Amino acid sequence: MTVLPNAAGVGFKPQHFAAIRETAARIGFFEVHAENYMGAGGLPHAQLTALRADFPISLHGVGLSIGGAGPLDADHLARLRALIDRYQPESFSEHLAWSSHGAEYLNDLLPLPYTGETLAIVCDHVDAVQQALGRRMLLENPATCVLFAQSTIPEVDFLSEISRRTGCGLLLDINNVFVSASNHRTDPRAYLADFPMDRVGEIHLGGHDSEDLPSGPLLIDTHGSPVADPVWTLYAEVIARIGPRPTLVEWDNDLPDWPVLAAEADRAQAILDGGGQGLARAS
Amino acid sequence: MAGGRALPAHPDFTARFAAGLRDGILPPGLTAKMPDEAARRFAVYRNNVAIGLIDALAARFPVIRRLLGEDFFRAMARVFAETHRPRSPVLLDWGADLPGFLETFPPLAAHPYLADIARIEHARGLAFHAADRPPLLPAALAGADPSRLRLCLHPSVQVLRLAHPAVSIWAANQPGRDPGGPFPPAAETALILRDTRFDVPVAAIGPGDAALVEALRTGAPLTAAAHRAATAQPAHDPQPILVRLMQAGALITPGRTDDETPDPQPEPGACPCSE
Amino acid sequence: MDIMKPTLGLGASLACALSVMATAPAHAQEMEKCYGVSLAGQNDCAAGPGTTCAGTSRVDYQGNAWTLVPTGTCTQIELPGDRMGALEPLDRDIPS
Repeated sequence: MTVLPNAAGVGFKPQHFAAIRETAARIGFFEVHAENYMGAGGLPHAQLTALRADFPISLHGVGLSIGGAGPLDADHLARLRALIDRYQPESFSEHLAWSSHGAEYLNDLLPLPYTGETLAIVCDHVDAVQQALGRRMLLENPATCVLFAQSTIPEVDFLSEISRRTGCGLLLDINNVFVSASNHRTDPRAYLADFPMDRVGEIHLGGHDSEDLPSGPLLIDTHGSPVADPVWTLYAEVIARIGPRPTLVEWDNDLPDWPVLAAEADRAQAILDGGGQGLARAS
Repeated sequence: MAGGRALPAHPDFTARFAAGLRDGILPPGLTAKMPDEAARRFAVYRNNVAIGLIDALAARFPVIRRLLGEDFFRAMARVFAETHRPRSPVLLDWGADLPGFLETFPPLAAHPYLADIARIEHARGLAFHAADRPPLLPAALAGADPSRLRLCLHPSVQVLRLAHPAVSIWAANQPGRDPGGPFPPAAETALILRDTRFDVPVAAIGPGDAALVEALRTGAPLTAAAHRAATAQPAHDPQPILVRLMQAGALITPGRTDDETPDPQPEPGACPCSE
Repeated sequence: MDIMKPTLGLGASLACALSVMATAPAHAQEMEKCYGVSLAGQNDCAAGPGTTCAGTSRVDYQGNAWTLVPTGTCTQIELPGDRMGALEPLDRDIPS
């Protein structure tokens, strides 16, 4: 199986298709949400087929509910398998979160306590995914704004142990690291210092919003604005430390015109090219 | 405290978290660095779920949204989302229950046509995502005997028989159009399909066209289908609708298995196109 | 009705329809043309919702559908059978 290139990619949105066809040779890869390509046919598949012919593809799931209590949705796993068989993406990733309860899909990435029990559940689910898909997956660290009194395992240790037990890789979302650390009034650099970087198969960058709570800011990972400067700084530090990795700029809401998004990818590419030294150029 | 030997807590946790998304009661153990902010922070997830589902409904039912106005639409959509949660992470399919919900939602009793508008919008989504099938080649028509020729419809093709002038109202409420009307109180029949440009036009068709398309759907040979059309509408000319279907790519090459038809209730086993 | 006995008029019109169909075949899929163009119009509506892995900072207004009245274009549509003039809250039906 091929892997994603150590280059900057962006999340694909249909609104950008025409512009991509005209200009996009410099984009390292495109990432799509698996669930948006689970219709039978039509324009989404025509576009993804055309993209796939020209670019590496990262398939990013949002609906498996790997952190849920119940068994994984076998129908959904089968749909994922069919999509992977059809498009042969270079990477498949999902989230350390849950989004379904019973038969209900809640359409958000919800947080879970980190305990021995949930560790075992998540590992079982990651095993099941990798078995059903016949490939290694990447698991992404979440952005959270609450804590749980019952948690006994730090998030970094939780992710490390999942990766160790299941063999899965990790998707390091540096915006999520910054959002969570800000929300919990902790140090994102301490989190990154402990993160098992040898397991990182992809990095995510994205924008966030901020509100004010009595105790300080509350950040929300809206993916609706440019990547924030402190996140660029953390990213450059990580790249300087571990070398280049496939890096995705996520922009899901309030979509900009293509050149704005492409410029964000250029900025990430400059940091990759400069070995973490390319930060000053675009700021 | 180590969870491995403890009673399973996660099923209870997720159940109470999911319930709390509706009723606001904090799930067990949820806290924050400043614990008195826990409810405000939990509200972020409640808000994400509500807005995410309301936005999903707005994306699929833009004419319902325009007809109702933003505030009422979002209030209605929140009630619908809380009582009809998606059953799958594939949101492309969500909303099939909205027409029935609108029909029985008391605040909308004065607007009985809304359910038909929602039926059109849901059918457009099904057509947009319907399976791909290669169009019928003109050579297949050369020298064909109409009494034996079975024309197969693309899986996106749907005929909706509506009690209200919903196609006219739908068309008048496209972006930039004047929704005024008037709309005579007539039943309308909608033809919905996905064309070769991936557009999903909605057309009002007469009883002859509707009967013809429905007869083709059941696998009737062309002559028999045309007879049914002429019965439904005396002196019906089948040529315009057939040419329209042909040009849209809505007549397909028979022979492929089709278990993905968007038709909610296809006539079982009747069409040679699906066998 | 005996469908195996074609009327003369119908048979002629079907033969004519077939010949016209054969010269007016489906266009090849015009993908390039529709990329991004149709999406600005009606297609994005048919495409329906996409998923997101992001949160939102917009806040649900939480209007009460039992006390609000529609304010969209439905208020301009005159349709016999509609109970027009009923544009007031159905506060008698508010569930407890």
